[in-house]
Amino acid sequence: MRKETNLAVNPLAAVDAIVRRHNINAGATIPILQDIQNTFGFVAPEVLTRISDLTGISESELYSIVTFYAQFRLQPMGKNIISVCHGTACHLAGADKVTETIQYAAGAKPGETSEDGLFTLEKVACLGCCSLAPVVNVNDETHGRVTPDKAQALVKALRDAEQKENSGSKGESRNGQPAV
Amino acid sequence: MGNQPYKVRVGMGTCGIAAGASKTYDAILPILQEQGIEPIKTGCMGMCYKEPLVEVISADGKSYLYGNVGPKEAETIVREHILGNNPVKELLVLAEEEETEHAPFIEKQHRVLLEHLGRINPESIDSYLEVGGYEATKKAIGTMTPEEVIAEIEASGLRGRGGAGFPTYLKWKLTREAKGKQKYIVCNADEGDPGAFMDRSILESNPHGVLEGMIIAGYAIGATEGYIYCRAEYPLAIRNLKKAIAEATARGFMGENILGSGFNFTVQIREGAGAFVCGEETALLMSIEGKRGMPRFRPPFPAEKGLFARPTCINNVETLANIPCIIARGAEAYSTLGTENSKGTKVFALAGKIKRGGLVEVPMGLTINEIVFDIGGGISTGKAFKAVQTGGPSGGCIPAALGDTPVDYDSLKAIGAIMGSGGMLIMDEETCMVDVARFFLSFTCEESCGKCTFCRAGTRKMLEILEDITEGRGTEADIEKLEQLAHQVKAGSMCGLGQTAPNPILTTIKYFRDEYLAHVREKRCPAKQCKALIYYEIDPEKCVACGLCRRNCPVDAISGAKKTPHVIDQEKCIRCGLCVTSCKFDSIEVKSGKPETAVQ
Repeated sequence: MRKETNLAVNPLAAVDAIVRRHNINAGATIPILQDIQNTFGFVAPEVLTRISDLTGISESELYSIVTFYAQFRLQPMGKNIISVCHGTACHLAGADKVTETIQYAAGAKPGETSEDGLFTLEKVACLGCCSLAPVVNVNDETHGRVTPDKAQALVKALRDAEQKENSGSKGESRNGQPAV
Repeated sequence: MGNQPYKVRVGMGTCGIAAGASKTYDAILPILQEQGIEPIKTGCMGMCYKEPLVEVISADGKSYLYGNVGPKEAETIVREHILGNNPVKELLVLAEEEETEHAPFIEKQHRVLLEHLGRINPESIDSYLEVGGYEATKKAIGTMTPEEVIAEIEASGLRGRGGAGFPTYLKWKLTREAKGKQKYIVCNADEGDPGAFMDRSILESNPHGVLEGMIIAGYAIGATEGYIYCRAEYPLAIRNLKKAIAEATARGFMGENILGSGFNFTVQIREGAGAFVCGEETALLMSIEGKRGMPRFRPPFPAEKGLFARPTCINNVETLANIPCIIARGAEAYSTLGTENSKGTKVFALAGKIKRGGLVEVPMGLTINEIVFDIGGGISTGKAFKAVQTGGPSGGCIPAALGDTPVDYDSLKAIGAIMGSGGMLIMDEETCMVDVARFFLSFTCEESCGKCTFCRAGTRKMLEILEDITEGRGTEADIEKLEQLAHQVKAGSMCGLGQTAPNPILTTIKYFRDEYLAHVREKRCPAKQCKALIYYEIDPEKCVACGLCRRNCPVDAISGAKKTPHVIDQEKCIRCGLCVTSCKFDSIEVKSGKPETAVQ
């Protein structure tokens, strides 16, 4: 059953181009899905249908791959992505407390997006900056030696920036992803 | 102005950038360019604890390494050292003929593999060629037969650096002898162990070294195609690798008819999609084939039937990076380093509660204490050294009492731990060992692919028991149950993930049973880490009623009027610790046990 697509900017053409680019390689399924996510910010169900049509790989198999690997997201993300490293060094340095503080400050549980769509909070496995533990990635900018109060300040700064933006003109998504 | 031809290097590995190296670089770039100096962006210099790092090299070749260099400090260094010819002593970390407290960090190391890290520009093949890059490739392909290359690796005694320590030459030999025209060499760069960053640093900072290892391995086993399976969490490593492949191909070190020898070799990069189990070699192959990364039964081993059912040799990043060192220096020189059964050096990622954390390379056989105290400078918190964890979720916790154990494959195995890929986490007395076991189990439970029942259900069950213990619901029988389950999961799992997942539990019970008992008998966490077993209390003597903790508390659990000591409502408190970090007067104490039992 084909569902109505709601992706912006002629999404299926983009999907077609990605599949065509990879099609010649054996085992290209994962690179195709990675490119899809890089383009759209997440992997939408209707995109899986399209990839299935083009490659002959069943939708269920594609779905099984997308859900197996932690990298793939089936839902769009919030405007700001906060990833708290939960590697061993960060755990020892208090990553749990940092995550909990951000959860309260941002209004999003780990793995979820806040109701206002401003924040997505993620717990991630080691980012490899163990000497700077605990580490928090905010929109791809790395912050080291984060204490709970620093974490609170980070969220507040993002909120303030958002308010400023709203009082001015409405800008585009910070992650450069097409609006959905 | 004295225009000395100084060279300047800025460490721009991931750690450096995270610590602000880009801002440092941008701050000094225009001033240096004015002087005709082009600062070199290098990779990881190894001293992560002093990032951002800037090195100034004088005309006579003397090196001055500066640490914690922000934009302001960088400008000072340029002004005083480069323009004024006066090294800035307060910021110096390392310099010849200068005594610094940091010198032992480097002195005790033996850098073979890391020799070029932090010196060359990883984005430039010329920078690598200047330090003798691709000489090993020329030597192997130009003057040796594949069999001679394999014999050389055998003579070196090199064992796989991914953790298991399988002899590298044997993997190569088996793949070479396997039937089949198309063979593959795969570089396992899926460094998934939390707390390990050796491979990331090597890939980022010396990508050509790894490529050389792959080319030589490809030549030895008869493979014309290689894959690098790299974690997507390492974007800088992937970027530098791509550039390195393009440059090496353009210079004729890769591609068709390499150096006129008739040998063809190409490499493709595959980005991992976030599954720890893909560090297991057969799961990794499944992932490259575009499937769910679930391990396959062995035999057939990959050497016989690997990627796309063709003979495949899978080597870890560090193993491959060792290859050019061995070929260039000769096996004999290489094998003088290390111990009888563990030859060469090993790179460790030293992290946790350690003063000088970073990337260290030592000859095999150095003791744990030498690494922790001589190189690492001891515990950062000033508390007592409690344990070291090696091998990540597959490894074990080694108590401080066994600090004289030499670090080599066999000695670590004998005490229940493993060498692992090189993560070395240092723990002090504020670390709860039950919580450490719970942490690793929550990781392996999440990452179990689900294929084997023992691993899938066993890790979940063990995690539940550990949660019970850390949350105050545990009994003594739970400890026995844990041990029993641990042995069953070890025996009943197909791949390394399940077989080793119980190691953190078994070693913590073996060496820290007292702590488990305190949790189950007294409902007390001696390290004061387990949330359910601790509570916070404000010392009315110390509290100045500034109200900072009250305002910072996310659940409004703190109350107190002006000028009266504040009080924490234990019912509301979620034990997040925000009040402790916000208090400027050190007046909030962490206590263990239940509040009502403590107030007797």
